[in-house]
Amino acid sequence: MLYEQELKTFVEGTTNFFEVAAQQPASIGSPYLMEGSPAVHEYTGVIKISGKREGVVYFTAPKAMLTVLLMKMQENDFSHETMRDLVGEVANTISGNARRDFGRDFVISVPSVLSGEKPEIPQKPGQRSFIIPINWRSHSAKLVVSLA
Amino acid sequence: MSNGTMNGNGKRSYKLMIVDDSNLMRRRIERSQQFEELELVGTAADGVEALELFKKTDPDVVTMDITMPHMDGIECIARLVAMKPAIRILVVSALADKATAVEAMERGANGFLNKPFTDRQLNEAIAELMR
Repeated sequence: MLYEQELKTFVEGTTNFFEVAAQQPASIGSPYLMEGSPAVHEYTGVIKISGKREGVVYFTAPKAMLTVLLMKMQENDFSHETMRDLVGEVANTISGNARRDFGRDFVISVPSVLSGEKPEIPQKPGQRSFIIPINWRSHSAKLVVSLA
Repeated sequence: MSNGTMNGNGKRSYKLMIVDDSNLMRRRIERSQQFEELELVGTAADGVEALELFKKTDPDVVTMDITMPHMDGIECIARLVAMKPAIRILVVSALADKATAVEAMERGANGFLNKPFTDRQLNEAIAELMR
């Protein structure tokens, strides 16, 4: 079960990422319950959560958004591998930052990255998945938090 | 801190190793650090690679991620400090809980910088590390 305060942790983590890493704030929408199969963009970075909570956190974004994000980070390599690296790093950073509130028993995996495929979300009793919409410049991305 | 080595201009220089499983982050740290006295001797993608690189290059200063495959940063810090007590290690990690920072420091790290970070925050953390 995810509580409102816990979702707020991820909203704040996402806000902080764009403010600091991209030096340009994103507009973070209200989280809503995900129904059906997970929606994904071209690149998805997935973090598995274990320990006192179980589930996944993933960040999914289109290539166009990642390209601009890399430019803002002064990066000049826009290869497929760098796009994959970036979505993994965003998912890792937001999930790792959540330990400020969840504590060290909120154990995060190293990122796995998907290019276009939908991530598997193993369902545990009481698990609910929320989508946090992210609008940055003219682009849209999503952070999905699915925890039991 | 280790004494480093004297370069041709009579200035002291220190060997830097960057450890992070993200190639993007390794490049970011390399590009953003502004210390003339730091000479990058290599980068590693996990703790195992870092130990191998350490044996070849004997770095004085290390930036160290925590969440990495094969061997995480916490274990790698302990092994590096056991081999070279004067090494200076700055943890650069997304893990924002106090317990992880405390454990890293207890294992021998000298500083902790949370991701995401600005260039200024990185350089301030490195300056503090080298004091």
